[in-house]
Amino acid sequence: MKYLDEYRDGRIARALMAEIARRATRPWVLMEICGGQTHTLMRFGIDEMLPPGVEMVHGPGCPVCVTPLEIIDKAIDIASRPGVTLVSYGDMLRVPGSHQDLFQVKANGGDVRIVYSPTEALKFARANPGRQVVFFAVGFETTAPANAMAVWQAKREGLKNFSMLASHVLVPPAIRALLSSPRNRVQGFIGPGHVCTVMGYREYEELIREFRVPIVVGGFEPVDLLEAILMLVVQLEEGRAEVENQYVRSVTYEGNLPAQKVLAEVFEVCDRKWRGLGGIAESGLALRAEYADFDADRIFGTQGVTAEEPAECISAEVLQGWRKPTDCPAFATRCTPENPLGAPMVSSEGACAAYYQYRRHLATAPGGR
Amino acid sequence: MCLAIPGKILTIEEQNNVRIGRVQFGGITRETCLDFCPEAEVGDYVIVHVGFAISRVDREEAERSYALLESMGVLEAELQSDLEDL
Repeated sequence: MKYLDEYRDGRIARALMAEIARRATRPWVLMEICGGQTHTLMRFGIDEMLPPGVEMVHGPGCPVCVTPLEIIDKAIDIASRPGVTLVSYGDMLRVPGSHQDLFQVKANGGDVRIVYSPTEALKFARANPGRQVVFFAVGFETTAPANAMAVWQAKREGLKNFSMLASHVLVPPAIRALLSSPRNRVQGFIGPGHVCTVMGYREYEELIREFRVPIVVGGFEPVDLLEAILMLVVQLEEGRAEVENQYVRSVTYEGNLPAQKVLAEVFEVCDRKWRGLGGIAESGLALRAEYADFDADRIFGTQGVTAEEPAECISAEVLQGWRKPTDCPAFATRCTPENPLGAPMVSSEGACAAYYQYRRHLATAPGGR
Repeated sequence: MCLAIPGKILTIEEQNNVRIGRVQFGGITRETCLDFCPEAEVGDYVIVHVGFAISRVDREEAERSYALLESMGVLEAELQSDLEDL
């Protein structure tokens, strides 16, 4: 309980851990979807303190990690052109493309800027009418409404120098793809708390009808995750498969309706390729035809760009819960956060970076838990 | 970038027909769109993701969650910006 002792609710956490141990009579494989949850599990060593048999595998819920290589290459192409300012979230600049990353474009004189919000990119476009401002928009359902709002405002204002390279992805189709795989090991899911803050959890009921797998929407603190794990173990032991909401202080059944409204106004569901997972039907969001004037992919003619992922990176198997980061021969040797081979080593929410940060490669032999 | 950070609303104003709050995260403040939380008022705590408030939380919850994110050393990267306050 070394790590949990640093946590102010350590007593509650220990009680939850004991209850999980008491209730779990068989081995269960559980997956947390969201990269923020992965980070908390690693930071507090929760996965290592669970009773033997209750195994956590880490899902594809890090947007930086699943953005396909060709979209990175498109962003690099666009950012390298004169008169363009490419704007994105900080992590995206370090994701390796086929030949370079966006930081290298910046070092070579490209105008690449980091923002914490798409509204900053919009402001920059208003203030710099002579530059083509392209917002590189990635993210799950949590992020999509914010990016939608920026495009919606740009259209309303008639901005001519703002566009978006959008690569949004959706959680429920990814869960469906994982569960449909013959190699699937996952028996229960911790649902993504902030995705569900926006979208609610109606969509997850369909997954349960289809696959009979329990899903507990969870928060991001150690106690949240332990409670969600306990709720999953209890469901599994009792043979139930339901959607339950552990993160009640932020998540409602309907979700955030104003956010859903602007999302639906600007984006429509599309097929999307995921880095590591490949193409998944109806798993992404693309700009609607009414917003085609703001589609950077169309404006800059990059639709035809394709790319092959490097063979050495096993992130595809990590993101589906088949293998752990420490199973990768390149982990912590040829692939580090300073020099990432694959995207899960880039973002602090990526499973590989979380394992690296908390020194799992020094604590466990390759292949071990 | 998929984290959401709780902060306290210090002021609220209209900018380009959008309700914008100045939100405090520990020692720094950031402009935050409040259109997805129309009920939020000055003094409230909200969970903010990429500059948009997505839900309202109570103070105790906000402080606990903020302290946790701070201890994980992830706030700086999340709030990083080259274009802040143009």
